[in-house]
Amino acid sequence: MTRLFLVLSFLLTLAVTFLGLLAITFVIGRVVPIDPVLAVVGDRASIETYQAARAAMGVDDPLPVQFARYVWQVIQGDLGMSVSTGRAVAEDLARVFPATLEMATLGIIIGVVIGVPMGVFAAARQGKWVDQVIRVIGLAGYAIPAFWLGLVGLVLFYAKLRWVGGPGRIDIFLDGMVPTRSGLLLVDSALDLNGEAFRSAFSHIVLPATILGFFALAYIARMTRSFMLEQLSHEYIITARVKGVPERIILWRHAFRPIRVQLITVIGLSYAGLLEGSVMIETVFSWPGIGNYLTTGLLNADMNAVLGATLVIGAVFVGINKGSDALYRFLDPRARA
Amino acid sequence: MMTRAWLLADDPETRMQARLGQSYRLARALSRNPLAMVGLTIIVLLLLVAAFAPWLAPYSAVQGDLANRLQPPSAAHWMGTDGLGRDILSRVIHGARITLMIVLLVAVIAAPLGLLIGTVAAYFGGWIDRILMGLTDIFLSLPRLIMALAFVAALGPGIENAVIAIAITAWPVYARIARAEVLTFRNAEFLDAIRMQGASSVRIIALHVMPLCMSSTIVRVTLDMAGIILTAAGLGFLGLGAQPPLPEWGAMISRGRSFILDQWWVATMPGFAIVIVSLGFCLFGDGLRDVLDPKQRSRG
Repeated sequence: MTRLFLVLSFLLTLAVTFLGLLAITFVIGRVVPIDPVLAVVGDRASIETYQAARAAMGVDDPLPVQFARYVWQVIQGDLGMSVSTGRAVAEDLARVFPATLEMATLGIIIGVVIGVPMGVFAAARQGKWVDQVIRVIGLAGYAIPAFWLGLVGLVLFYAKLRWVGGPGRIDIFLDGMVPTRSGLLLVDSALDLNGEAFRSAFSHIVLPATILGFFALAYIARMTRSFMLEQLSHEYIITARVKGVPERIILWRHAFRPIRVQLITVIGLSYAGLLEGSVMIETVFSWPGIGNYLTTGLLNADMNAVLGATLVIGAVFVGINKGSDALYRFLDPRARA
Repeated sequence: MMTRAWLLADDPETRMQARLGQSYRLARALSRNPLAMVGLTIIVLLLLVAAFAPWLAPYSAVQGDLANRLQPPSAAHWMGTDGLGRDILSRVIHGARITLMIVLLVAVIAAPLGLLIGTVAAYFGGWIDRILMGLTDIFLSLPRLIMALAFVAALGPGIENAVIAIAITAWPVYARIARAEVLTFRNAEFLDAIRMQGASSVRIIALHVMPLCMSSTIVRVTLDMAGIILTAAGLGFLGLGAQPPLPEWGAMISRGRSFILDQWWVATMPGFAIVIVSLGFCLFGDGLRDVLDPKQRSRG
């Protein structure tokens, strides 16, 4: 009974939040000082054509009716046509999304694999140099603009040191040589057993993904540290120490286990944050993902593309956010109260 | 007499003495935190640079010398010159004014708005609370940068619209904090006493409830400043914030992108200014939180 209630209330808040997101994109679409009819028929259309298009588009209907129609269209996957690419926005988004997913996923892997152990060690050696390093990294994560770090990275590792590939997903002469299966270039080139393409794709993704990973790491390490400190102050830890349990086992088996559930929420939050942060990084690295699509749309005044991308990023963000929150409640009995 | 003993007296005779004493205690606690003092120094420097920009800048921020374009950092141009031969240091100095203006405007719009929504929701409770907080939660769970981008796309690029867009996405945090704060004293007797004296709800909220939420709001605003600066710079970088020839730091980085591989200083120098200023607000905010709001102090 209570579990059913939890699931229902979760689905309800999710639905309300999505509706709120739709309401915001709808309002933004209406606020734009461009006549939507004029954008479709062009400014040389006759007054009759204009009137007919106006009636067909339902611009004169009451706002609630228009909103309901908008929601219905979005549910059916219709996000309108893009002015700049001439294709359906939904189709465009499906094409560019894997690039973003690949980069953000690699970023979060870097963030978790380095960030979690760093946080644990910082808590174990509170006040020592490891701890200070984490503190500085955490502050840097708050104070450094991602796009600037991307540019500095390009200057340093691409232009000066030649360690990594430049902007884009793969070297130009390999572009289009890998058959698309999943849309993730690393996976596709590996499946194709194309070593050259894999190396090229890797050299291109490693810098942007590491920069995204740095921001995830800054947050994850700081949160892991504070969760661990909280656990380590409990009496059962003192008991274990008195019993003579080795410190390594106390850290990882006694203190780390209970915080794994809390970490899920933190990791979920930073994964969602990376999807958002990719907008800036993709612009810097000319990465053909959803963020680049969004900013290109902005520059071309392609409102359908902008709103479609906003909607998709927003929906994924909300989904991951609420999903990890629900998972936390489901896994941790203490949070159910 | 403003002696130390007078300031720290346990039984202040006037309200002013009590207030001055409290500020003195606060300042003393803050001055014991070295990182917070570093942050404060950076913020004071930012204020001074912004105030005296025309006198501090060695060259004009908008007028360039095309014969001297893309000069590397040197004794004459400490940060080099940009693609139009303008001195980058002078532009960074003038840019402090723009950054300060954006940050202050966002704080002045978003903080009172959030404070109002949060206090009203908590004070009245019931349906008003549910509707206002539902709205707040929706805004809170949306990605802030993307939302700001979409709003600027609709309103049109420009510094005023960037401020509005950032403010629209910044208020929900303050509403949440104010609500949580009010809930702790909502049923306190002093509010009953004021009510029985015949005070209206507007008067109670404005004069008695809101002031009690000020310190936690101020802490949060200071901590958010870095985020606001980064978002504003990001909008400028995408060409949606301040428009040329305004020397906004993010926009300057964006202009330097075309020269990034050969003339690295054009894009990187303004970034250092962003990093230092954001760091200043982070450090000062952390210190302020420890002093004003010990409940929220991070563990360890």
